[in-house]
Amino acid sequence: MTMAELSSNLLYVAFVAYLIATFVFGGAVRGNKEGSFKSEGRWGKVAFVITLIGFFSHLGYFITRWSATGHAPLSNMFEFTTAFGMTLVGGFIILYLLYKTPVLGMIVLPVALLIIAFASMFPSEVSPLIPALQTNWLAIHVSTVVIAEGILAISAGAGLVYLLKVVDMNKKSKQRFWLEAIMYSLVVVMGFVIASSYFSLTGYQADFTYVNKDGNESSITYNMPPLVGMNEYTSLTEGAMEPFFETPAIINASKITTVLWSFFVGTILYWLIRLVARRRIAAIFKPFVKNVSLQLMDEINYRAVIIGFPLFTLGALIFAMIWAQIAWSRFWGWDPKEVWALITWLFYAAYLHLRLGKGWHGEKSAWLGVVGFAIIMFNLVAVNLIIAGLHSYA
Amino acid sequence: MEKMQCKCGHVNPPGTILCESCGRSLTEEEQNKKLADMRYEGTARRSQTYNKSIIDKIWNFFSSVKVGVSIIVLLLIAAAIGTILPQAQYVNVPVRNDATIKAYYADVYGEIGKIYHFLGFHDLYSSAWFIILVGMLAISLIVASLDRFVPLYRSLKNQRVLRHPSFMNKQRIYAEGPAPEDSMQKAEEKLKALKYKVTLDKNGLLAEKGRFSRWGPYVNHIGLIIFLFGVMLRMMPGFYVDETLWIREGETRAIPDAPGYFLENKNFTMETYTGEGEDAKFEEAIDRVGSVAKNYQTDIVLYQTPEESLPGATDEIEEVKEHAIRVNQPLKFDGYAVYQMDFRQNELRAMTFDLTNKETEESLGSLTIDLVNPEKSYDLGNDTRVDLLGYYPDFSGFENGEPQTETPIPNNPGFLVRMFTPETPDGEVSFIVIQNTIEPLGENQYKLTFQNAETRDVSGLTIRKDSTLPILGLGGLIFMIGVAQGMYFNHRRFWIQRQEDGGLVLAGHTNKNWYGLKKDLDQVSEFASLPPYIDQQEEIEKQEKLKKEQKLEGDELS
Repeated sequence: MTMAELSSNLLYVAFVAYLIATFVFGGAVRGNKEGSFKSEGRWGKVAFVITLIGFFSHLGYFITRWSATGHAPLSNMFEFTTAFGMTLVGGFIILYLLYKTPVLGMIVLPVALLIIAFASMFPSEVSPLIPALQTNWLAIHVSTVVIAEGILAISAGAGLVYLLKVVDMNKKSKQRFWLEAIMYSLVVVMGFVIASSYFSLTGYQADFTYVNKDGNESSITYNMPPLVGMNEYTSLTEGAMEPFFETPAIINASKITTVLWSFFVGTILYWLIRLVARRRIAAIFKPFVKNVSLQLMDEINYRAVIIGFPLFTLGALIFAMIWAQIAWSRFWGWDPKEVWALITWLFYAAYLHLRLGKGWHGEKSAWLGVVGFAIIMFNLVAVNLIIAGLHSYA
Repeated sequence: MEKMQCKCGHVNPPGTILCESCGRSLTEEEQNKKLADMRYEGTARRSQTYNKSIIDKIWNFFSSVKVGVSIIVLLLIAAAIGTILPQAQYVNVPVRNDATIKAYYADVYGEIGKIYHFLGFHDLYSSAWFIILVGMLAISLIVASLDRFVPLYRSLKNQRVLRHPSFMNKQRIYAEGPAPEDSMQKAEEKLKALKYKVTLDKNGLLAEKGRFSRWGPYVNHIGLIIFLFGVMLRMMPGFYVDETLWIREGETRAIPDAPGYFLENKNFTMETYTGEGEDAKFEEAIDRVGSVAKNYQTDIVLYQTPEESLPGATDEIEEVKEHAIRVNQPLKFDGYAVYQMDFRQNELRAMTFDLTNKETEESLGSLTIDLVNPEKSYDLGNDTRVDLLGYYPDFSGFENGEPQTETPIPNNPGFLVRMFTPETPDGEVSFIVIQNTIEPLGENQYKLTFQNAETRDVSGLTIRKDSTLPILGLGGLIFMIGVAQGMYFNHRRFWIQRQEDGGLVLAGHTNKNWYGLKKDLDQVSEFASLPPYIDQQEEIEKQEKLKKEQKLEGDELS
């Protein structure tokens, strides 16, 4: 077995371990039929040990991949996102050790699973570094950022548990709508994973030529059946479906197609789950969170920001600026990724001022934690894939 | 407004809520509260005291957390909108000026682009309103910090060991009751062991730890202000140099804005990953994307004119050092840094032609024209020569019969020549561009046949000097220190007093992490047998919850 193969096997082990641990955590917090929670501690411990096995296996993936590529495996979308999944679990482990909260594992681990699955939709072969990335700052800057984001995401996890408990799912309200929207968006990510896996396993490809925004002829390959066509496209693949409509030149219709497929599959999946469970997804979790201490979740929400915010400042702003000064001759260039790092930072600064200065505890704080995670994910996904800039290494 | 004298005799500034010295409530509102408002120690904040003059109003506006957070949120939203379409600096237009940029947004993005440009989002970060917002944030940072820091500092400096009972029993952590005689000494001993600073006064004790953490927010705000000051300084001339230098292989040029320094480009290299040997593991990735750059490098020699030499003299420059400028490895000297930013490969350097007879294709000799410094005439011997009548490095067409050149760079060189041979002693005129020859004065017997060309690479270097970097670094460092100071430490205090009846009264306060405070107190209580304490905040919450539940039950019954 080569180092690269060993590496991907370890990642696979981690994935399976997290999957098992999710269910064991779920069982631990669900309690027995009588509704007593005598076994919560014991089963929580078992689940935690499985999580630890998964985490060390994940770490093993990281180290072996580093040795296989010769550089810190943080250089493209697959590597960064996989590492984000790892630091998310790492953040959970730290907070579990502090607060012993199995319910957090039940929420965080599935999110980590989704993130790893999402990551593996991107090319995962070992890739060489372009000149701008050939420096130790790659490891220093990106690893600090990814650790900070993993910890900040825990704040959202605790916030989500808080909301799952306090939001009344039987009464129509804005809160109920948005909480369910969070659940729906997680299912859409699953839709993306399913759609991409399906079309890549079946080897779908459709080639087109089109006219780009500078008026030149270009070509593009769709990996999913083209729902939307590029500007003035011509199909080159026989038997490929005819796109429903054409987009202006500034829009990448191939990416729009991927988004539409994800929503399409995700929505079907969402309604399937709702039909089978006969309730909203957020309501499915109600029995799992009835034993949760709200005060503790609020504390974890805040504590994660307290740890994550300074780390984020250090990694995503200070180290980033130092490296940018060395590689690009300016410490700040208003590149979209930089701007979104600043937005994230400003957001958490606002979070802290609202919490400490305006007394936004509890539910408000929980919503803020979730919004923070949404911003982080936007910076990871949308800024890399949609808004192209210097950081688009995917 | 008048100063407020407390019953204890201490004179407090107007607007004080809790006496700085003994802690008595000074306002009626405060007297009726179950718990004292300890956020800023009940001090007189200017913003909460004065609201008459225009200055008061401005001060109050900027000292408000709500306003500060609103500015942060506005900046955040503006920055987010600024990433929807590319910023003007990243837009490609053939000629860069306001009109072409405006047209670009309108052409490429339609109506949305027009609005975007109109509102200044295309150059958001230099737009007046964005800079004004950042300025307001800076003012808010300063005003809000001063408004809180000054009175807080005064109060913590003036605090007395003995506090009034009404202060003690309005603290969140409170205990009263009998205790053994040695309790005070034991409590003192234990608190000291827990690293508290203990002060005694008559029948009372004040234990304090981590007061410096109260300054954390102000320290990190100072860091941010220093950072913003550094950014502002960059706009002043002299603090900041940003120049571009295109330098060809073999050339030596003066470094712009770095008087007395010269750079020689010895060689430019661009490498890509081969996918073989060491790079074999990357083969799959390289196949997928086509080609991946491995290295951009300019080997240079840095020269300096000796100090005593005349300005502009280049003949006696001295070598300072050799360096390979690569991405991530700029050349550094004297506060300057030179970066590898761009390149052009294979710029024409010289062209070689044969003078040939069109019919027999016999060559009378060859000539090489240096495209940077062409000669006027090339003598091939035997009464044969070629005169260069005109040289057009970047030929772009004819205007009124005259050949034109667009730039002085030899992208598309054109030559107007007169060829003399023994057969044609009067000379034949010919105009030559790549792959084309024009004979303006009639059919010629001879022509210049292109043989080969010599090329060289051009490096695009950026020269930077940024004297504000140390200031920015200092700002960042102070910010991080302030954040750690405020977030990872907390200010804990205990007041203990022996009552006349022999019982003890105890109060505890922390600015955050009550759990930690209680853990400390548990240890002290056990060691010194203090009366059991209650968390009054939790008591109040419990009662409220109980009331709510009773109300709910009542609703259900009725």
